[in-house]
Amino acid sequence: MLAFIGRRILIAIPTIILISIFVFTLQHLLPGDPILVLAGEERDPEVLEFLREKYRLNDPIPIQYLAWVGSALQGDLGISLRTNQPVLELIGEKLPVTLQLAVMALVFALVIGVPAGVLSAYKKGTWIDWVANVVALSGLSVPNFWLGIMMILLVSVKLGWLPASGYQPFSEDPLQSIRTMLMPAFVLGTALAATLMRHTRSAMLSVLQSDYIRTARAKGLAERVVLVKHALRNALVPIVTVTTLIFGELLAGAVLTEQIFTIPGFGKLVVDAVFNRDYAVVQGIVLCTGVAFIFMNILADVAYRVLNPRMRDK
Amino acid sequence: MTAATEPAETATATLPRKQSRFLRKMRASPAALLGGAIVLFFVVVALLAPILPIVDPVATDWMAVRQAPSAAHPFGTDEIGRDVLSRMVWGARASLLAGVISVAIAVCLGVPLGVMAGYFGGWTDAVISRVTEALLAAPFLILAIALAAFLGPSLTNAMIAIGLSAMPIFIRLARGQTMMVMTEDYVESARAVGLKPFALVSRYVVPNIFPPILVQATLTIATAIIAEASLSFLGLGQQPPAPSWGSMLNVAKNFLEQAPWMALYPGAGIFLVVLGFNLFGDGLRDALDPRDH
Repeated sequence: MLAFIGRRILIAIPTIILISIFVFTLQHLLPGDPILVLAGEERDPEVLEFLREKYRLNDPIPIQYLAWVGSALQGDLGISLRTNQPVLELIGEKLPVTLQLAVMALVFALVIGVPAGVLSAYKKGTWIDWVANVVALSGLSVPNFWLGIMMILLVSVKLGWLPASGYQPFSEDPLQSIRTMLMPAFVLGTALAATLMRHTRSAMLSVLQSDYIRTARAKGLAERVVLVKHALRNALVPIVTVTTLIFGELLAGAVLTEQIFTIPGFGKLVVDAVFNRDYAVVQGIVLCTGVAFIFMNILADVAYRVLNPRMRDK
Repeated sequence: MTAATEPAETATATLPRKQSRFLRKMRASPAALLGGAIVLFFVVVALLAPILPIVDPVATDWMAVRQAPSAAHPFGTDEIGRDVLSRMVWGARASLLAGVISVAIAVCLGVPLGVMAGYFGGWTDAVISRVTEALLAAPFLILAIALAAFLGPSLTNAMIAIGLSAMPIFIRLARGQTMMVMTEDYVESARAVGLKPFALVSRYVVPNIFPPILVQATLTIATAIIAEASLSFLGLGQQPPAPSWGSMLNVAKNFLEQAPWMALYPGAGIFLVVLGFNLFGDGLRDALDPRDH
């Protein structure tokens, strides 16, 4: 197992290098002198020369790249032009907000998607299956920012049940924090619930046809036990894999959800950075999400092996 | 459909039967037909936009600001008095165009790379696979945001970003399918006869991997349309005053209480057209699936 993890990490290294080259290249796509962009309002020649030295813009491009990677490895992703904070610190500040949103959305998705998938597979061909499939396909087709807007219109504007925006840190007031996050998490979780439902359904359908399920039934086990203990446990393998892999979707969805509900998270940070031309922040975020995504992929592979003993010897 | 025009003797013998089975299955699926009808409707509307009897989508009317739906404006007017219906019709052009072009980019770049990786294996495969993984590691929206930030926001850049991030799916699909086809006896025989790689690929590999790629392309158009709408919603796609469903929603969210219709119709448009592509794609997949007869 350890050897497997080690090998997976080794394979990931070239991928990470490719991502870093891509992120580094981004700043060279900018029209004009990059230093004028990096300096923002500053036009003092001495300052510009200092920055040029600092970012090694007088050196050949490969050297510039190595210098940039070197400082990135030491945790220096540059400074935000907007707030003068180190980029890594900014990301660290916003990340917990997005994580809370993502975790709550994932809970919604699992609580809705998995039981719906199990039920739909169990009742295959009935109206329950049909309804579940229609709802899931609609969940996949609805743009989540529109769903968010419509939810605000209904739940906040018309009914006045939940606040339309406003963020409360979890550490200050957990209950209020969860209350304000309910709607955004539901909106973000919808598409994921649909994805999970469809995967659970197909996994359950193939498991339910297997011999050991027939044996379990023949033994006279209660249907509930057969379904949950025997079938679902085996169907879990693809479900867990899909769950780790929807991380990217979750993150992209969070960008939009945070924008609609004005939640000060990671997604709001990157969108604001684009409009403020805060390039170091954009680069830092792309790099961090890329690396995080690769680690989620490794985690998915590992989880797959842990859950599926047959894979281990291969 | 490419397969039908192929001169390969082995293929023509089986194709008519296969195609009629395909049509029969498509006709037997009401969901796929409904999806196809929805898609067709939006395509026709988008194509006919210039000749439909609707007002100019960018013409403002200060006497008719944020008017509720009426006979004169069936979908109401927006914050500067533009007709929402007319902007919806023209927005359909932007959405469909973005969906089709970005998927075309993904297919045209991804399929040849995937076929190469599957055909040659070894180092070629290793390099292409690493690049694919790197591309997969950037969630589409983040990649699109990065490109918009550095290249400037526009519909073209949004389409490039969406196309690039959809590319890995096609590389992987084409690679896997090619590897599968390569083990078939007829490919082995073609090789033994001394057919050159290019001829072999275009005559035997491409027609055989075409159906799954068509299915994936249809389903990816659905995702690409949502992607374009998302980017335009964030202000990183279609730029004002040109109409796009996403940017209409971006403005609409500021007038939810006064003018909810501004948000209702563009979102419903995205939902319907995406649903149409999803239904149609699912139907295509079932109809083209060689496993169940």
